[in-house]
Amino acid sequence: MDIANSEGKTRRDFLNSIIGIGLFGWLLTIIYPLLKYIVPPKMREPEVKTIAVGKVDDFKPLSGTIFKFGNKPGILIRRADGEFKAFSAVCTHLDCTVQFDEKIKLIWCACHNGKYDLNGNNVSGPPPKPLTEYQVVLKNKEIFVQKET
Amino acid sequence: MSITKHINDWIDERFKLSRLKEFLAKKSVPINKHSVWYYFGGVSLFLFIIQVLTGIMLLLYYKTGEDASYESVQFIMSKVSFGWLIRSIHSWSANIMILAIFIHMFSVYFTKSYRKPRELTWLTGFVLLILSITFGFSGYLLPWNELAFFATKVGTDIVGSVPGIGKYLLIIIRGGEEVTGSTLSRFFGLHAAILPGIYVVILGIHLFFVQLQGMSEPSEIVKLSLEKRKSMPFFPNFMLRDILLWLVILNILAILAVFFPMELGQKANAFASAPRGIKPEWYFLFMFQTLKYIPAKVLILEGEFFGVLMFGLAGLLWMLVPFWDVKTKKGYRYRLVNTVGLTVLLFIIIMTIISHFFS
Repeated sequence: MDIANSEGKTRRDFLNSIIGIGLFGWLLTIIYPLLKYIVPPKMREPEVKTIAVGKVDDFKPLSGTIFKFGNKPGILIRRADGEFKAFSAVCTHLDCTVQFDEKIKLIWCACHNGKYDLNGNNVSGPPPKPLTEYQVVLKNKEIFVQKET
Repeated sequence: MSITKHINDWIDERFKLSRLKEFLAKKSVPINKHSVWYYFGGVSLFLFIIQVLTGIMLLLYYKTGEDASYESVQFIMSKVSFGWLIRSIHSWSANIMILAIFIHMFSVYFTKSYRKPRELTWLTGFVLLILSITFGFSGYLLPWNELAFFATKVGTDIVGSVPGIGKYLLIIIRGGEEVTGSTLSRFFGLHAAILPGIYVVILGIHLFFVQLQGMSEPSEIVKLSLEKRKSMPFFPNFMLRDILLWLVILNILAILAVFFPMELGQKANAFASAPRGIKPEWYFLFMFQTLKYIPAKVLILEGEFFGVLMFGLAGLLWMLVPFWDVKTKKGYRYRLVNTVGLTVLLFIIIMTIISHFFS
């Protein structure tokens, strides 16, 4: 027979709650490593700050070229006035890679028809913000692109 | 006593097969003007079986990895005897299976077959639909071509737009911050191990419910007296019709695979622009097209997240229709359910057509 205390709790209630808490803790020790396991470890990749893209004469005015910047694509634009601009080529909408469209003379993303002007500003379609801009440095007719530090 | 009879008796003595035979002999399928829709569940099942069989065959040659996946599919398509056939059937069958599931779902919806006592059959069916679409999405990446690469980037990036947990989910799904060989490994595991396991269990439950409760009949027929309700024995009458239709579908698959073999396209390249005219599989087109119309910001929410939220809510309401269809008990018509169903169907069809032909 269960003997209840003044609040109506029996010894069995007490033991049940102890077992319950123990069981919960035991479940946590199983779930925690499983959850941690499916999160991939952070890989440290050497961060690229500056990269040589090519010679000035390799790029005609009003053109765009995709280049590798670390593990992400970048786009080098040569405007009609001959000036160079460099941006991250990752569309700010859903992560696609943009391109220079010669017909409309804008930076264009094929995935959802997002458009940016040659200063990287989002001008039409779904992109929510401008492309990230990189600095372009000219040294002896060689083009270098660098991230601002 | 013949050997077969002997074996039969031996098994029967131990497992009481006579009970199963009795069940099969009694199992019947109602005949009414909606009977044609009863076939589409079976068609979906048949196509799933084709998927399992051709999938296992593809496993013999398929390899995972940024440097191996595209090449191994190319090898299957060009070097392995009938490899082109197996792969084309696998991907055609996947597409037609989704179509068959959609037809099955809408027919159950409009004939109100989800009503009491079949609420849980509807729910498990909805889970199977989601699993089938996940099958499609994960399988699409496996050849590691350009289209698949960007489709996966976009699809997973949408998950990343969920506030708070989105970033973590994105990393778990992609196996890192970018779509890489790690993503390929994860999608392969999902496609060839995790999903088939879960799918078979849910499908088993779904079919078990159907066997327990029998086929649903339209409410106007249920009201008739038993003599006026027509039916056909499942075994062998309906089953033979089922099998005949399955054979027709297998032939259609073979014709599609021979005359319209699946292309492989360009290998994925993380440093190339998204190709012109890029589109997802047809069953994602309506969502893809809708995303194009949603502005970058809706109120305080980001456009993509707003889209995901709306589709998520719509899906939830759709899944729960047996519980908000308040006229279930009385077996009445319910105009709201029909209107919602027609709107959804028209929305999907119109958006798909716009996306396919006009953009």
